[in-house]
Amino acid sequence: MRLTGFFIFAASVVLLPVLFPDNYFVTVVGIAAGLHVILAVGLNLLMGYAGQISLGHAAFFGMGAYASAILTTRFSWPSLLAMLAGLWVAGTIAWLLARPILRLRGHYLAMATLGFGIIIHVILVQAAHWTGGPDGLGEIPPLNLLGWTVDGDQQWYGVIAAAMLLSIWLSLNIVDSRIGRALRAVRGSEFAAQMMGIDATRAKTQIFVVSALFAACAGSLFAHQQAFVSPDSFSLMISVELVTMVVLGGMASTFGAACGAIALTLLHEGLVVFEDYEMLIHGALLMAVMIFLPQGLFAGVSQGVRRGWALIASRQRHKG
Amino acid sequence: MQNHAAMTNPPPLLAIETLEQSFGGVMALAGISFQTSANRIQAIIGPNGAGKTTLFNVLCGFYQPAAGSLRFNGQELRGLPPHRIAALGIARTFQNLQLFFNMTVLENVMVGCHLRAKTGLLAAALRLSSVRHEEQQLREWASEALELCGLSGQSERLAGALPYGLMKRVEMARALAAKPQLLLLDEPAAGLNDTETMALRDLIMRIRASGVTVLLVEHHMPLVMSVSDRLLVLDYGSVLAEGTPAEIQADPRVIAAYLGGAVQYAV
Repeated sequence: MRLTGFFIFAASVVLLPVLFPDNYFVTVVGIAAGLHVILAVGLNLLMGYAGQISLGHAAFFGMGAYASAILTTRFSWPSLLAMLAGLWVAGTIAWLLARPILRLRGHYLAMATLGFGIIIHVILVQAAHWTGGPDGLGEIPPLNLLGWTVDGDQQWYGVIAAAMLLSIWLSLNIVDSRIGRALRAVRGSEFAAQMMGIDATRAKTQIFVVSALFAACAGSLFAHQQAFVSPDSFSLMISVELVTMVVLGGMASTFGAACGAIALTLLHEGLVVFEDYEMLIHGALLMAVMIFLPQGLFAGVSQGVRRGWALIASRQRHKG
Repeated sequence: MQNHAAMTNPPPLLAIETLEQSFGGVMALAGISFQTSANRIQAIIGPNGAGKTTLFNVLCGFYQPAAGSLRFNGQELRGLPPHRIAALGIARTFQNLQLFFNMTVLENVMVGCHLRAKTGLLAAALRLSSVRHEEQQLREWASEALELCGLSGQSERLAGALPYGLMKRVEMARALAAKPQLLLLDEPAAGLNDTETMALRDLIMRIRASGVTVLLVEHHMPLVMSVSDRLLVLDYGSVLAEGTPAEIQADPRVIAAYLGGAVQYAV
């Protein structure tokens, strides 16, 4: 079945809060992990499938968050409308940016997106009249979905989990379609892809916009869930972390990106006890994964499991 | 061998006039003119560096020519990007393989069907029922092309894991899956053994029989001479001669420049 992996994943997401109600790692870390999954899955469409790197993805995350924050607090917009506005802003900016920026390749593309991310961060800090500057914006009203006000960790877990599963489902569908094949073809050989009638610029632009929309959606949810936003959450470090999640989990795999996002979120939580040594251990672990599992956690671990299983099976046969 | 020149001339499928292309002062194409009518196998031969692959790349819109015109079914190709030229019904294979190595054989060939399908981003993301139907259709079309090229058993393998000879056939299947009117084959026999070359010869004949016009750039002279209706000989970016295989083999200029005086080729 095409969606077997998806259903197994969805089942575990639903079961977790049932098995461990009010557990800190489910309702607090789980929410952060869910948002990271949406971001990483969106970025993976761009990095893993279109082969384009973005070091400024936190900017789109920030646009969604600040659109929701500003429109709901200063203009008293309904939260759903504010979220749509955030999606529209991020999508439009991504589309305008795509043409000049996607013409660049490799390091130049990375530099351009890096610059874009920094510019947006500077705007968030400097345009204090709108954004609250470095102090951020607080008292963001709760998310209201057609009359239902999301309240409490449990409900938030449900909303984020639903958004996360939706993003994974959309991503799996896109990858395994005419559009996804066209993207992978452009990555494999742009010239040959064009000779098959694929408009490479259009394909890359489309997926850049889609990944920006995923990020903006996560941003809106983040703003309402935290009830507070500040520029720190959308800095260059966050962009780098998102890229790390995709690479760590395994590029060109939706579940790989999701695994990377969850693993890195858990790692942060787990390393908090080491205080000053956190970054040191963090870096060493990343290096170890890249050296020993170059295809990423997801592919590496599932291959390991398969090999281990084959080994056990062959031993069993030997005995018998 | 049939002589098409003796028949009444149908309107040309492809008409190239005084085409010029230079790279930093080197004239790769120095004013080439020739025509091909539909349902023909037209070979283009010449020594290395004569401009054969450059001609293909100009035809596909990969290079923009410095001067001249290229008309396909009466429409000017000059100035069009490759994906628009593909949409007019031109497909090709590549001298140095340009497969999508990260995809399966079936997926490669399904990309070939790109223009025959319509699914857009939104429909794909939501996987509407129309999309599922179209996927099924694409699978069937791709399987047909794979069967024609003798690749039926290979569809689930990664393209990058195939032996060289099969990779070349996947390129052919991918190009055919686009249902082109004009197929450009760039050295399809390079690296193939004799048995594979004979199979290739049959395949090219079958492709022509299905109504596709073939432009063939090839160095393997026995193949070229036995399969082509007409030959165009290029040398230093210019047309040295044009004619049937028999005429070309008897042309003293071609023999001097390319074929070599003592060599005779069975037709």
